[in-house]
Amino acid sequence: MRRVFEEDLNDLHIHFFQMGKAVNEAIYKSVKAFVNHDKALAKEVIAGDIAINKDEADLENKCFELIALQQPVTTDLRKIVTIMKASSDLERMGDHAVSIAKSTIRVKGNKRDYEIEAQIAEMSEKVKIMVQDVLQAYVGSDVSKAKKVALKDIDVDHDFKKIYKACIRQMKNDPEIVLGATDYMLVAGFIERIGDYVTNISEWIIYLDTGKMAELNTHNKNDFFPKA
Amino acid sequence: MTSENHIIETKDVHLYYGKKEALKGVSLDFLPNEITALIGPSGCGKSTYLRTLNRMNDLIPDVTVTGNVTFENKDIYSPKMDTVELRKKIGMVFQQPNPFPFSIFENVAYGLRIAGMKDKAKIAEIVEASLKKAAVWEDVKDKLSKSALALSGGQQQRVCIARVLAVEPAIILLDEPTSALDPVSSGKIERMLLELKEEYTMIIVTHNMQQASRISDKTAFFLDGHLIEHGETRQIFTNPHKKETEDYISGRFG
Amino acid sequence: MSEKVDLETHIIKMKPDASVDLSTKDLHVWYGQNEAIKGVTLEFEENKITSLIGPSGCGKSTYLRSLNRMNDEIQIARVTGEILYHGKDINTPETDVYEMRKNIGMVFQRPNPFSKSIYDNISFALKRHGVKDKNALDEAVETSLKQAALWEQVKDDLHKNALALSGGQQQRLCIARAIALKPDVLLLDEPASALDPISTSQVEDTLLQLKEKYSIIIVTHNMQQASRISDYTAFFYLGNVIEYDETRKVFTRPKIQSTEDYVSGNFG
Repeated sequence: MRRVFEEDLNDLHIHFFQMGKAVNEAIYKSVKAFVNHDKALAKEVIAGDIAINKDEADLENKCFELIALQQPVTTDLRKIVTIMKASSDLERMGDHAVSIAKSTIRVKGNKRDYEIEAQIAEMSEKVKIMVQDVLQAYVGSDVSKAKKVALKDIDVDHDFKKIYKACIRQMKNDPEIVLGATDYMLVAGFIERIGDYVTNISEWIIYLDTGKMAELNTHNKNDFFPKA
Repeated sequence: MTSENHIIETKDVHLYYGKKEALKGVSLDFLPNEITALIGPSGCGKSTYLRTLNRMNDLIPDVTVTGNVTFENKDIYSPKMDTVELRKKIGMVFQQPNPFPFSIFENVAYGLRIAGMKDKAKIAEIVEASLKKAAVWEDVKDKLSKSALALSGGQQQRVCIARVLAVEPAIILLDEPTSALDPVSSGKIERMLLELKEEYTMIIVTHNMQQASRISDKTAFFLDGHLIEHGETRQIFTNPHKKETEDYISGRFG
Repeated sequence: MSEKVDLETHIIKMKPDASVDLSTKDLHVWYGQNEAIKGVTLEFEENKITSLIGPSGCGKSTYLRSLNRMNDEIQIARVTGEILYHGKDINTPETDVYEMRKNIGMVFQRPNPFSKSIYDNISFALKRHGVKDKNALDEAVETSLKQAALWEQVKDDLHKNALALSGGQQQRLCIARAIALKPDVLLLDEPASALDPISTSQVEDTLLQLKEKYSIIIVTHNMQQASRISDYTAFFYLGNVIEYDETRKVFTRPKIQSTEDYVSGNFG
């Protein structure tokens, strides 16, 4: 009876990991499309979100079924709960990628600021690595790696503040950049939120190992929007 | 640990069947008005341990018990202990419902009559109250004079529980009380035990892990005569400290 | 529960391509005047495990026992309707019951090995069915013990008395004894209810392995067991099948309120 259950758990695990990879790709593509003004790629991201949403729904159904049919306890139960919760974090990360893609499509010959765009690309690169690392930490049940990943979110938050300030500064100097810079601020905000979700997943990995919920995001969220 | 609150304390309890050591030094305390589940594979010593708590093992020849068992701070293995009185205070319910072959009423009144109670009205009152507490009054109130053996298994078991309750115990020991019953009867007994918790302390041996996790406050896991882990049920079933416990409750054995 | 349940709408039709070993059509069982089974129509899919669940007295065991005509042994029992084994009605006087039970084997609640050696427990019935060749017997004993996941534990003690085995091992021996006759269908009547959780899990594991070769129908009081191991679940109540569906549906979103109440322990 364990044999079949173990197989089911393993399938769940693989499915979750694949969903993670799909979300990571969506984030990468959405930022790439935004920076390159590549509307075709942006549309690809939006279309791909349907599969990600379905992944989440399927995973949730399977988790629900395993709980009902197998009455898991302790580690088994935590594995299932982790996947249930973390897959909904992944799904929201996918939604943010879609939002970034939509910003790309909205852009119509706005004035650009290549320096800020470079900063956004750099910030998104960090988040991409965070997503990759958190998935690896999940696969290896690696608590210390999960904690390290969560720490990187501080850096991402810092980047967001930097971009935010740069946008305000540019908008004051040059009204023509207002439309473009508003999108920069939005997109940087989406990327920042993705970083937060990665932190959530790190917390689930720790829960999986210890059975305790840890609050990893130590910086003060009330201090979120920097003064211009 | 202070002993003030514990209703039963056991310290380094060993039990031998002849030369065979069935309990290898078990120390475990119980708080009043709690349900403690004793779990573990067959032969782990959980039922043997349960029986040391009201000296049921005395009835088996060639059994030696060492260590300390106190009930309300009194050593129950002291030669001065009146075991009849002790078993009234610490009642026991067995796996197979074992009503006596007489009427439902007399089954429940039995302990009272043994204790010399003569007042008919008083006896009737206690019988009714006990059957109500055991959640079987509605089923039997119109046939109290019928033989208890004509009842269903689940009803018989609840009558047996009423019989224990009639003599006003402080503690009820239950040795797999629902394993011979179907899930509907088991469910009724579980609900009743949760209600009885207000007034009694209960210690239950069960093979049914879902039952342990549903109804108990504390869980003690036994293996090979040792107490491996004891703690809050919610903790044992979500995050046990010992690997053996985790393996057992998640069905990962053998 | 409402008085009348439209059974037709709540009973799954097997997928058209599903292979059915055994089915019943409008099966009734009477014990004297008492109608214990009130017209049950069910199909059992090949190589699947089907659980029959329901409160005590609902008729699930009576129904199970009628499938290989164990109720014939009861004087006052009367069974009407069709029991189709590979499409052929076996509920007829012409049916060779002894031969039929070779194909539809049964395992009971209490392990009931004979007080003989492990080897003889299995070879006994084979000999009665005319197998004489020593090599053939050896091979059948080994194969069925392997299939029942008991071989590794007993291969060096084949001539030890079967009663010396643990409860779980005895039950697996009884399963081995039933499958030695090469049945298609295995009926099990609460096969694990007398066993502790470890033995129960061994028996469940064995059943999951066996379903590759056999169709298994199991009566169980243990809802967790039904949900863990079976592909289909039939909920019996008052002699009727109230709901029959894939196990995962019965345990996550049953169609009938009384099924929901029963599987979630809210019954009665």
